[in-house]
Amino acid sequence: MNIVVCIKQVPNTTDVKIDPVTNTLIRDGVESVINPFDAYAIEEGVRLKERFGGKVTVVTMGPPQAENALKEAISLGCDEAVLVSDRKFAGSDTWATSYTLSCAIKKIGVFDVIICGKQASDGDTAQVGPGISTHLDIPQVTYVKKIEDISNSKAKVERMTEEGYDIVETPLPCLFTVVKEINSPRIPSLKGMMKAKSAKIAKWNAEDIDADPKNLGLEGSPTRVVKIFTPPPRKGGEMLKGDAAEIAEKLGELLKDIIL
Amino acid sequence: MSENQDSIKVILDKCTGCTLCARACPFGAIKITNKKAVIDLAKCNLCGACVTACKFSAIEIKKDSSPKKDLSQYRDVWVFCEQKKGVIQTVSFELLGEGKKLAKKLGVKLCAVILGSGIESKIEELSARGADKIYIVDEPELKFYQDEPYTNVLVELTKEYKPEIILCGATTIGRSLISRVAITVDAGLTADCTGLDIDEKDRLLLQTRPAFGGNIMATIITPNNRPQMSTVRHKVMKEAEIHKSHKSEVIRKKYGGETLKSRTTLLDVIEEIEETVNLSEADIIVSGGRGLAAPENFAIIKELAKVLGAAVGASRSSVDAGWIPYSHQVGQTGKTVCPKLYIACGISGQIQHLIGMQSAKVILAINKDPDAPIFKVATYGIVGDIFEIVPALTKEFKKILKK
Repeated sequence: MNIVVCIKQVPNTTDVKIDPVTNTLIRDGVESVINPFDAYAIEEGVRLKERFGGKVTVVTMGPPQAENALKEAISLGCDEAVLVSDRKFAGSDTWATSYTLSCAIKKIGVFDVIICGKQASDGDTAQVGPGISTHLDIPQVTYVKKIEDISNSKAKVERMTEEGYDIVETPLPCLFTVVKEINSPRIPSLKGMMKAKSAKIAKWNAEDIDADPKNLGLEGSPTRVVKIFTPPPRKGGEMLKGDAAEIAEKLGELLKDIIL
Repeated sequence: MSENQDSIKVILDKCTGCTLCARACPFGAIKITNKKAVIDLAKCNLCGACVTACKFSAIEIKKDSSPKKDLSQYRDVWVFCEQKKGVIQTVSFELLGEGKKLAKKLGVKLCAVILGSGIESKIEELSARGADKIYIVDEPELKFYQDEPYTNVLVELTKEYKPEIILCGATTIGRSLISRVAITVDAGLTADCTGLDIDEKDRLLLQTRPAFGGNIMATIITPNNRPQMSTVRHKVMKEAEIHKSHKSEVIRKKYGGETLKSRTTLLDVIEEIEETVNLSEADIIVSGGRGLAAPENFAIIKELAKVLGAAVGASRSSVDAGWIPYSHQVGQTGKTVCPKLYIACGISGQIQHLIGMQSAKVILAINKDPDAPIFKVATYGIVGDIFEIVPALTKEFKKILKK
């Protein structure tokens, strides 16, 4: 089985701090990491390979330094890696990003399953996964929490919903976006780290993936950011003191309008 | 690659090296070298924050192409009204409330769009919520949500009736569906908006949304494509009022064959959220963390939630410890919630948790550690023992609610 895992390199959220003077994000020295949800996508790809055989190709679109994320993915068990990188991709919104990734996946060639994290922790859109499947015209199942079985070119999976979950059957090829519940990611093995060190990462630009220039970057993106601002940070409020009964009574008074 | 291919540049004559742009850049892509701004194109995302910040008009982003289609044909504000088992989700009513305001500013109609099976009775409900027009597609194949038939129908409707705006709840269904529709019809789509407004001069939808876990806010437009589509977070907009006498024009559409076909098959729908209510739709959430010390102690959280009619939430560490299912997790790798009241019991408040709940209107935090970060965002904080405070609250609220 040919498995493609799409990942994104994001700033490590724990490190994101606001400069109290300028009220902007402090980016200096912020570590870049694999998007937390993509760690589950990588792990599920590797587990599918272990269950059903085959190969895992990990792909990312991003600046040259995103190569580090791909190497980490290889250390976790992915077999091949592709960095899709070109200045022409700058300013891509989710439409252009999913188009670009779909072109790269077409170039990878044969694929049975594409796995993405449900969303990235910097943009939080959850739009790129469904965007890729739409550009490729293949079925999708989002918010997958379990891949029960894959046989006869069909997969049976569980999709998390607000109330519980759905059991869905889909023909292959198809795209899954996965949630945290699907697995517990492993840590890299020594062998994996050695492999990552010497791994050759394929680097493709816009021409390599045969992309239509008018669908790329800013030009291929229907949306535009017109303003970015920092919301006023939430301030700590009132500390309540007293014994439990006194505090409860006071809160009853303070919260009456909400709870009634 | 040559310099002129890049679509952002600093006009050196105008740049004073004042650092305003460097401070405004959310990507840390601008450095001041020899008193001039230098943009690191490998980091720059062309977001334009520096262009707005520059007082000297010294940064230019190449303005691109004109509209790809005739935008004037596109009219009206649509709200995709999500129903499950015939129950319209409350976020749809919130969007009808907000959509009415947008439609009024644009001087166009507010339209509700509903797909399902045996949903004729929903017309009255949507009329009462102020829809001028209702598009209804009632087919057995649409009884349960499935990506492809729902996408195909919404695409057909969009192509035929050309709305200028489509709003949809940022739910599991909404996010999966609308992404497919936007790609298919070449629309602009903005996820998880918390604010919507109209630029009346250019008839543009101004969509404001949090990014980086709410650390920054971005306002996004779709200048040259239609429709302009947004998914909107629960609980941030006010529900449309009910006026029973209000009547809507109803457009019933039939589709067949290919349009209703689905490659995926829905085999079963399992409901498992026991005594609690849906986290994202809840007005009140009571959450427990590691401070509970043992799984059975979630009982005090559930008891308080029951009295308040609230949903039960949890921190990542209590979920990872196996005390409560993942579906209850609030935070970066769980759910983002925006209730009227969030009660955090024994939760220290790591940044990943705060990201998921800090837009709650009122936060009440109870923790024995006075230095717990949760107190930095709490409206009301109590340093104390949750095993004393939480039962006392349950008792007090019971009294107030006469339960």
